[in-house]
Amino acid sequence: MAMISADNRGLRLATRYAVLVLIALIFVFPLVFMVMSSLKPSQQLLEDSANLRAFLPVGDISFDNYTDAFRRAPVATFVFNSVLVTGVTVLLSLLICSAAGFAFVFVDWKGRNLLLAVLLATLILPFETIAIPMLLMVAHLPWIGMEGLTWGWLNSYRVQIIPFIADGLTVFLFVQYFKDLPGELIEAARVEGASWGQIYRRIVMPLSGPILATAAILKFLVMYNQYLWPLMVTQEEGYRPVMVGLQYFFQLNVAWGEVMAYLSLITVPVLAFYLYLQKAFIASIASTGVKG
Amino acid sequence: MASKFTVSNRTGWLMAGPAILLIAGFVILPFFLAIGLSFTNQRLVSPNPTEFVGLSNYRQLLGVATVTLEPLRDDAGAVVMKDGEPEYPSIRSLTRNNPDRPDLAGMREWFSFSLGGEAKTFVLARDVVFMKAVVNTFIFVIVVAPVQAGLALGLALLINQRLRGINVFRAIYFMPVVVSIVVVSLLWRLIYDGQSGLLNNLLDAISFGLIPPVNWLGDPSTALGAIIAMSIWQAVGFQMVIWLSGLQTISPTLYEAAAIEGASKWQVFRYVTWPGLRNTAVLILIVITMQAFGLFAQIDVMTNGGPLDSTQTIVFQAVERGYGKQDISGGSAISVILFVIVLSISLIQRFLTREKS
Repeated sequence: MAMISADNRGLRLATRYAVLVLIALIFVFPLVFMVMSSLKPSQQLLEDSANLRAFLPVGDISFDNYTDAFRRAPVATFVFNSVLVTGVTVLLSLLICSAAGFAFVFVDWKGRNLLLAVLLATLILPFETIAIPMLLMVAHLPWIGMEGLTWGWLNSYRVQIIPFIADGLTVFLFVQYFKDLPGELIEAARVEGASWGQIYRRIVMPLSGPILATAAILKFLVMYNQYLWPLMVTQEEGYRPVMVGLQYFFQLNVAWGEVMAYLSLITVPVLAFYLYLQKAFIASIASTGVKG
Repeated sequence: MASKFTVSNRTGWLMAGPAILLIAGFVILPFFLAIGLSFTNQRLVSPNPTEFVGLSNYRQLLGVATVTLEPLRDDAGAVVMKDGEPEYPSIRSLTRNNPDRPDLAGMREWFSFSLGGEAKTFVLARDVVFMKAVVNTFIFVIVVAPVQAGLALGLALLINQRLRGINVFRAIYFMPVVVSIVVVSLLWRLIYDGQSGLLNNLLDAISFGLIPPVNWLGDPSTALGAIIAMSIWQAVGFQMVIWLSGLQTISPTLYEAAAIEGASKWQVFRYVTWPGLRNTAVLILIVITMQAFGLFAQIDVMTNGGPLDSTQTIVFQAVERGYGKQDISGGSAISVILFVIVLSISLIQRFLTREKS
């Protein structure tokens, strides 16, 4: 073994960090560019792209782009729609998919193995392959609301929520998690006469913090970032979510400053949320990798 | 697997029922609808009743033919030249009202090649744009799947070191994954800009002005490549995390044993790390492939399929027809073709990567 001098070790450590930092720059520069540009007038923004000023808060800095963005488009409506659709879908998804996972793992009933297999088979259906026929379907579905019986779900919240509540992956994640819970616990509760509902609420759910977080984060990312589906089913701006609302800024001459303000507005809260719950986010993505 | 508890059909159906109904209604039913509708002429809104049209949607999309033509000759028998190239009979004379070739009616030239000699072979397609979309999508998948998986593995190995503050870097590399691809596409549209884009300025600076500015998204030869690079940038952190969780399942005792044996870094990777990542590798490849075939938002935001159809993709075509032109049956046929492609490829991948016992 060769002796490694302290200097040598220090140098190697420095190179390692240099590589890590360089790669980090590749991943953050567009995001820094976005936030910095959102504070600059459109003309300066384009001029600054020519040099490193693009990444610095220099020149004519203000929040004017943000107020202009609100003036140009119904930004508050878009944000409200996204929060509503994402929030409701996540909550219903946790409830319905965890109940299904519970039934598949703990309850013995006719057809459960077959149905679980069918559910898993749906994982190979990319959403893109069912979007078009689903568009026709939702255009003709009935709904009973305050105006009585109506036909067609286009331009509504329900068309953005209901199709995405349950999916094979979420149910599967709950099934995987529940399988590892101590079965004796549930058995004992059954013997003592607890109902299935009580076992679900009082025993299984309190033990399910990690999987609920995972399922919620995955659903949140899918729903908040959705583009193709809301683009097709919402023509009225009153129902459009933030990603589709973006089109508003490209109708006449593009004011890049406002675009950057809008992009920052819809992205920075998510990034902050991610950085705050970083470990949970990464764990939830990692857990999608345990299937196979 | 949990043991058998009391049989309770009612509870089982009550608790699993909502999820089953929703998945049946909004995943399985649309899938079968896609198959059914692809054999009809269904439109989103139409006054006429829907009719069964057999395979005509598929024939319209996938119809391909080849014709080999001799160059035109003048009265003396010499090849007619035009702009330094031999001139061939026009394809239009074959595809428009030609009673001898009813099979070619309505087709357009896709590309042509010549295998030496004067004769030239023309490949005609009934839907040239769709053919280009299929080819572009395959190029995208064939480049993205190995490159993204490889880079993600590299990043995972880098992040798997024991260094102070390594979690900060992991968090940063993963950051683009949580940003919407729509937002990312818009940002990169500005970065790729032909005149004042950041990328051109950067290349200009590091090459001391030797590299001329490129209109990355406006040039048919670079547009798809630019979209590929950006897509990898956005999604590579996703697979990095999955590789990382695979790496962490490998027992440290294996590494200790390798160290005692005096294995080199490469040997450790080849004989300890890589075998431990087998299942992860298969999963990652299948997931990337499935995601890559769905390429849509980038195209819609950045290029709209252009320039010159160089970034048309299968899903973009499906949406343009099914939604843009309200031709549900055509869009459904494309969806079914996409499904068949994705299914066959993941079956092939599974077969090629199966455990050899």
